[in-house]
Amino acid sequence: MERLEQIIASHAGREGPLLPILHDVQAEWGHVSEDAIRAIASALNLSRADVHGVVSFYHDFHEAPEPHAVVKLCRAEACQARGVEALVAALPDYPRVKVEAIYCLGLCSVGPNAMIGSKVHARLDAGKLGALMETLA
Amino acid sequence: MTVVRISDDALAIACGADDVADAFAKAGCSVERVSSWGMQWLEPLAEIDGMGFGPLEASDIARVLDGTSAKAIGRIEEHPFIAKQQRFTFARAGKTRPLSLDDYAVNGGWQGLAKAREIGGQATIAQVTESGLRGRGGAGFPAGIKWTTVANALADQKYIVCNADEGDSATFADRMVMEGDPFMLIEGMAIAGLAVGASKGYVYIRSEYPHAIAKMEAAVRASAHIVTPFVAEVRVGAGAYVCGEETSLLNSLEGKRGEVRAKPPLPALEGLFGKPTVVNNVLTLAAVPWIMANGAAAYAAVGFGRSKGTMPIQLAGNVKHGGLFEIGFGVTLGELVMTIGGGTESGRPVRAVQVGGPLGAYHPPAEFHLPFDYEAFAANDGLIGHAGLTVFDDTADMSAQARFAMNFCAVESCGKCTPCRIGSTRGVELIDRIRARSGRAADKVETLPQMHNARRAPRSLGDEIALLEDLCETMKFGSLCALGGFTPYPVLSALRHWPEDFGA
Repeated sequence: MERLEQIIASHAGREGPLLPILHDVQAEWGHVSEDAIRAIASALNLSRADVHGVVSFYHDFHEAPEPHAVVKLCRAEACQARGVEALVAALPDYPRVKVEAIYCLGLCSVGPNAMIGSKVHARLDAGKLGALMETLA
Repeated sequence: MTVVRISDDALAIACGADDVADAFAKAGCSVERVSSWGMQWLEPLAEIDGMGFGPLEASDIARVLDGTSAKAIGRIEEHPFIAKQQRFTFARAGKTRPLSLDDYAVNGGWQGLAKAREIGGQATIAQVTESGLRGRGGAGFPAGIKWTTVANALADQKYIVCNADEGDSATFADRMVMEGDPFMLIEGMAIAGLAVGASKGYVYIRSEYPHAIAKMEAAVRASAHIVTPFVAEVRVGAGAYVCGEETSLLNSLEGKRGEVRAKPPLPALEGLFGKPTVVNNVLTLAAVPWIMANGAAAYAAVGFGRSKGTMPIQLAGNVKHGGLFEIGFGVTLGELVMTIGGGTESGRPVRAVQVGGPLGAYHPPAEFHLPFDYEAFAANDGLIGHAGLTVFDDTADMSAQARFAMNFCAVESCGKCTPCRIGSTRGVELIDRIRARSGRAADKVETLPQMHNARRAPRSLGDEIALLEDLCETMKFGSLCALGGFTPYPVLSALRHWPEDFGA
């Protein structure tokens, strides 16, 4: 709770501080909890429904922790043109890794691409993607 | 000591540039991390005394250093991909270290801002207006008119907002500006601020671009003393495609759900926090320092018809020579895809080229004569958008691409207006029914028998297609913003040019 207050305080004085606060909370705990929503709403003089509405609108924020390692695989058109759908179809199941779709990493001439954390990987084929999944599983 | 220059942009890193740089350093070379030349099929690309080598792996460097590498491409500046370009915005690409204030100043940086300070706000707007610069984000609205509106608005506070929510597939020019030449964007924002009387600027960057965010934050800190009294700040999006739409972006910056606002009021009059706001794309603002430093006439002298100046065109997808190619408007689509891009990487025939991102139309090779120009594309049921080209070979299933576009709209719709929110979902169902009839994989075919007003008898294929076209018209003219309004472009173009993929 103390850490949460620190985060909120660090954005005091900014115009429109809600998104920066939510980003910091998500980075710290991996999700934005019910308690955090309550505290943020109170600090910014918003209703809990307002904050919940924002948290649920954006793909980046989650209200519950994600138990799996996440591979964000680009499924947008440029990666489709370079065969990402065939890659997905042949992908074996890695029980502790979740493959999420992301739409464009801006590496559109060297796809299929993926992002793990903030690390980006290009020119993926079944072997390279499989090796990445192994390191996380 | 041998000096090796290697890009540190996200694409080069994703292709393994860090490993290659480490290998050169271990071999005793001095490694400089610079911006990318934009020849992405050659990344990681190393430059030694002007000579290029790529695409490299760490195991290649011994041969590079002893002069026997088969990956030598000759002098980079003489490479046809570079030599054919007219680089205004990307004049420094490949040549400077992105966060070096010295490199920036020595290579023409801050001259535009100095000029603006010398001639004042009104004359600055006049220059931008005379240059013919149109918004590079997609809509193509004249920048000078927008700036004039904001300048003439009376308010205690005005804002410059840079739209760096580059979410379109096949676009990466904004990312390359932010990662390769961040001071240019800050200079452009400072000039805009001076011109319209705004002391504060926000760069709204999508969260999918962590490298760009880090570079821009560092660049904002490093240049604060130069652009003062203008203050720039970086803000990070949270994974919502619709926030690339200017009014959604403003709501998001204010800390709200990224729902679009109805216009009017125009953001130029009531924008961020209700104040007059210039919202321009990265490429628009990044073009401004060049215009100010070199003069409006020099910029307007290049281009085609009412599309003045240069466009950084992004070649992506299944293309042999993918990358960033900046040239004056007017080059034909076929020249871009076949000559400059070298055709498909797979070696198979080109079937379709999507121009303008997920909301852009698919064009068949029969339209390769089209000149790259706002009006010419609009007249052919297309748009140039942010100038991203996605090349598909003949294995592409065009009704699947149409379904993807509709579904993307359904997932990313902000929900504010009915044509986009409901129309896109109904559109997916319709395309599924059409695909099922032609024996293609239908992901989810709904017949809705429980609805009291549902049709009992199935429609004919022709009726279903007519319904899809009608739905697209409703979305086009009834949606509040480009997400719902432009999704019909990929759908209708696929239907029109490849009816066989819809079973027709």
